[in-house]
Amino acid sequence: MRTLSQLALSDEGFVFDPNTGDSFQVSATGLFLLQALKDGRGDDEAAQLLTEKYEVTLEEARRDCADFRSRLRNLNLA
Amino acid sequence: MKLAYEKPVINKLRSGLMNKFGWSPAYARKVRTNIDGVSIDDLVERYGSPLFVYSERTARQRYRQMYNAFSTRYPNVQFGWSYKTNYLQAVCALMHQEGAIAEVVSAMEYDKARALGMPGDQIIFNGPHKPYAALEKAVSEGAVINIDHLDEIVDLETIAKKLGRTVHVGMRLNLDAGIYPQWSRFGFNLESGQALDAVKRMASGGKLKLNGLHCHIGTFIMDPQAYAREVEKMVKFGYEIEDAFGFGMEYLDIGGGFPSQSRLKGVYLPPEVAIPNIDEYAETITTALSHALKPGDFPKLIIESGRALIDEAGYLVTTVVATKRLVDGTRAYVADAGVNLLFTAFWYKFNVELDREAGGVNETSVIYGPLCMNIDAIDEGIQLPPLKRGARLIFSPVGAYNNTQWLQFIEYRPNVVLVTTNGEVEVIREAEDLSDIQRRERLPKHLELLKKA
Repeated sequence: MRTLSQLALSDEGFVFDPNTGDSFQVSATGLFLLQALKDGRGDDEAAQLLTEKYEVTLEEARRDCADFRSRLRNLNLA
Repeated sequence: MKLAYEKPVINKLRSGLMNKFGWSPAYARKVRTNIDGVSIDDLVERYGSPLFVYSERTARQRYRQMYNAFSTRYPNVQFGWSYKTNYLQAVCALMHQEGAIAEVVSAMEYDKARALGMPGDQIIFNGPHKPYAALEKAVSEGAVINIDHLDEIVDLETIAKKLGRTVHVGMRLNLDAGIYPQWSRFGFNLESGQALDAVKRMASGGKLKLNGLHCHIGTFIMDPQAYAREVEKMVKFGYEIEDAFGFGMEYLDIGGGFPSQSRLKGVYLPPEVAIPNIDEYAETITTALSHALKPGDFPKLIIESGRALIDEAGYLVTTVVATKRLVDGTRAYVADAGVNLLFTAFWYKFNVELDREAGGVNETSVIYGPLCMNIDAIDEGIQLPPLKRGARLIFSPVGAYNNTQWLQFIEYRPNVVLVTTNGEVEVIREAEDLSDIQRRERLPKHLELLKKA
């Protein structure tokens, strides 16, 4: 999780990984989720936060959190 | 108030790999909410998913556009509807209503045309396998027979002897029209002298009268000049055998092979740029004919187009049943239809539309079908916004060859509907159930597992 906590996020959805120099583009919900995970929230808690801010069911938010986590692993960010 | 939700997406930025088309443009997302005014929602609610939908309006428009292109340039044109392209009864009947006769390539297709009400003399019988009984029936009913090989000459002479009359026949040629690969397995080769030998054989037999030539140079021919070379060679050969044997050519059947607006895999340009207009084909072919034919000689020009007439009229509505993330990070969707229903996915990259706007950044995605087979991928590398389970994808054009080559493999084949020119929806093929799959099976008594009450 060290990488996640070190990521630099901009409000416009630009993400920079200082360890590798890689940069990423993230959608608005992705940015929200990434910030929550970076702050140390667990998947369930992050999904709950998504439902409070966006029009989404908890079931879909959980599903998308798991998928997003998998995507972060694939990009060597988690 | 809560914000509208779109699925979270993160993509790596890569320098040095940009292309001139930019990245994930919003305009690349295509949305289709209806087919000829009937909403996709209504169609799926009433007839389920997946669902084949045909547009009667488009099919009739395509026919009239193509027929007019040829008939306004040449005085003696006849279309033969290629049954193998799509032999749903409604589709065949529609083409016959427009004026096409039937072009069949097997005994089964011949039976289908007859069952639909086409008289024998309105059927062209092609194909490399014409069982003797079917051939005899076709001859006695006055069908146009295009001979594929020498053994068929022998069969036809036997039939002529039995009927006690001369039988009129056409012969199928294969020739070099500049198309690679050259189709050489059907009919008799022109350049090698094989075709001339076959004519000699017919003339010496005395029971067959050759009155037509047939040739089909290939499929999805994107060069109109190939047809010009084809007709020039056919006409020249026709006059040669007329001079040598007295066989006058009453028809020249130039086959089909005209492309639709589908996109062949590996073709870089979009179809609207890569595919010539049908008028270009008509102009090229009829100009070549007028140069090659003797003044005042207008043998019937038969065209056996299939794909170019029906492909654009067909759509397949599918539903995303699962979303996945592959190990390499690629987004994957499982749809309720795959290569079992879209057999032509092996060669063509379909136009894929969503039934509604979807927010989010496009991702490179793969669309898999429902089969437990690795080859069941309808599109690999499509740019799609993140989709929810239940989202609908509409594939087109799919009217050619899919409803004849579809597989009955582990899934039932779905409803097929026609949106009529009046905007009504008619079921033209009901969805299958288990009884359709098992109707022809027999279970030996000693293998029965369940005791009947």
